[in-house]
Amino acid sequence: MKVIVPVKRVIDYNVKVRVKADGSGVDLANVKMSMNPFDEIAVEQAIRLKEAGKADEVIAVSVGVKQAQETLRTALAMGADRAILVIASDDVHTDIEPLTVAKILKGIIDEEQPGLVLCGKQAIDNDMNATGQMLSALMGWSQATFASELDIDGDSATVTREVDGGLQTIKVNMPTVVTVDLRLNEPRYASLPNIMKAKKKPLDEKTAADYGVDASPRLEIVNTVEPAARAAGIKVGSVDELIEKLKEAGAV
Amino acid sequence: MSESHQDIRDAVRALCAEFPPEYHRKVDAERGYPDAFVEALTKAGWMAALIPEEYGGSGLGLTEASVIMEEINRSGGNSGACHGQMYNMGTLLRHGSDAQKQKYLPRIAAGELRLQSMGVTEPTTGTDTTKIKTKAEKRGDKYVINGQKVWISRVQHSDLMILLARTTPLADVTKKSRGMSIFIVDLRDAIGNGLEVKPIPNMVNHETNELFFDNLEIPAENLIGEEGMGFKYILDGLNAERALIAAECIGDGYWFIEKVTEYAKTREVFGRPIGQNQGVQFPIAEAHIEIEAANLMRFEACRLFDAGEPCGAQANMAKYLAAKASWEAANACIQFHGGFGFAAEYDVERKFRETRLYQVAPISTNLILSYVAEHVLGLPRSF
Ligand SMILES: Cc1cc2nc3c(=O)[nH]c(=O)nc-3n(C[C@H](O)[C@H](O)[C@H](O)COP(=O)(O)OP(=O)(O)OC[C@H]3O[C@@H](n4cnc5c(N)ncnc54)[C@H](O)[C@@H]3O)c2cc1C
Repeated sequence: MKVIVPVKRVIDYNVKVRVKADGSGVDLANVKMSMNPFDEIAVEQAIRLKEAGKADEVIAVSVGVKQAQETLRTALAMGADRAILVIASDDVHTDIEPLTVAKILKGIIDEEQPGLVLCGKQAIDNDMNATGQMLSALMGWSQATFASELDIDGDSATVTREVDGGLQTIKVNMPTVVTVDLRLNEPRYASLPNIMKAKKKPLDEKTAADYGVDASPRLEIVNTVEPAARAAGIKVGSVDELIEKLKEAGAV
Repeated sequence: MSESHQDIRDAVRALCAEFPPEYHRKVDAERGYPDAFVEALTKAGWMAALIPEEYGGSGLGLTEASVIMEEINRSGGNSGACHGQMYNMGTLLRHGSDAQKQKYLPRIAAGELRLQSMGVTEPTTGTDTTKIKTKAEKRGDKYVINGQKVWISRVQHSDLMILLARTTPLADVTKKSRGMSIFIVDLRDAIGNGLEVKPIPNMVNHETNELFFDNLEIPAENLIGEEGMGFKYILDGLNAERALIAAECIGDGYWFIEKVTEYAKTREVFGRPIGQNQGVQFPIAEAHIEIEAANLMRFEACRLFDAGEPCGAQANMAKYLAAKASWEAANACIQFHGGFGFAAEYDVERKFRETRLYQVAPISTNLILSYVAEHVLGLPRSF
């Protein structure tokens, strides 16, 4: 079984995000970019499936700008076998929308015929939480979102999902799209020998047009603003004063 | 490999992030050795970066090796616990026989064998290395070692040591730099059988020791290269060592600058951040400039080394600049942390102590100045 893992290049989670002066988005010039952390978990899971003999090949896919090559090399260094880069923009500030990504992934799936697609549940830059679900709909495949456990057994997969009320376990038919949550695993860091090997692994370069997909945006960003700064707190001397202040603030 | 080596930096940083400041603080407080940290670095292949691929390493250059060391120190760790392997590797690679390389390198690359120690310094000779008194006498198929060494690091956490000893008395050689040889000492056999190790408690929690040799026998096949040429072999390795130390200092320097900048932005005294005062800003900015300048010299030294060109001047100057810059950065960092700089919890005092070492060891600043005076400027030899 082949496993496809889509990985997104996003602003590194350690970077303090700054909104561009014109409100068109977040400043990405000269900012450290990394693999979306949820996608790292997906890559890790795919490699573990391969190590357990349940997958034969792990293919990492990224849709975006040329620089996403680096993100794919990271996936290869972790242990993915090969990579496909689909260039859909040459501007690092253009976010490729979930539906576009899902359509391109469908094109790749039609060619590669994987048994499983492992996505991150969402990308930490736009928090869309949509690509995996849209892909499942386009393919007509089952889906299991927010996975914190995954067990594949022949034609079906048992997935524990992190839902609002707790954990839900479902069984889905293969092939399937699984989106992974934070607690599924702890991704490994790449070792030096694997970084060296990754440089020699195949990385195919394609364009959105190769899959007949128009990557131009359908959504328009009206404005982007920083979250309001937190107001300073106050100290209260007693419980009574606390209740009084909360009442004044209309909080109770 | 890209110019900035971002892939190496990311991977080393990710590994180092598993060992938070609390880890290094605890090791320091216990005067312990960061076993788990060094083990993780070794397992992930970082300590074998310089070993050629044919022996199971990654065959990288000095530039990449220096980036690894830099990132360890920049992440709050101390390469001092493990840099020996990087330094010693070159000696074995350049001067070891095929049989020696086959015997040791693959196992070192696999992390099964550690070559972390080099024994040169002696208590009565100091920097005047050609006067060393430790001697190796050939008897049949063995060499018998007698003498004493001091400040020999990581002996308790290494399997092998490269040892410099006199094989021909100073009085009998035409040049004082001749008549010394280097050997591979298998510490696992030697300790307790003619080699006694006495730890030296010290300021920087470096695992470092006094060594006493009393008729230690080692197989004659453990001689590296030609008898009598050992001092030259040691000198051959020094440029790499200088450049790597420079990189460690630069890693420290960035750590200090980041730490103190963050603190100066947030610590408010007299109703404003202390970093708003030029008296605070300037020393930090100055140290930053010096680190950046040292960094350029460090990459130049590495570039020349990797191209197989002479780099003695650049490697020495890089080490000088970097050790000085990291010290200035350390000083600014502790100064502007005020009292808090002295609290172990802030890690500043620990890094401050650690980075101070590099103006004395492995070579002191004065000796670099005399190298530049004599070998670069052609001034008369002073000693
Ligand atoms: C923590 C630590 C770890 C070490 N690890 C190792 C190791 O693993 N292996 C090893 O072999 N050694 C090791 N050393 C030893 C180190 O290399 C020496 O300490 C260093 O080379 C200086 O030698 P010394 O201590 O004998 O100082 P000395 O040679 O006694 O010098 C003392 C001072 O006088 C100055 N000086 C001496 N001669 C001159 C001159 N002609 N002109 C101007 N100034 C001069 C020096 O610069 C220095 O500042 C270590 C040292 C330390 C502190």
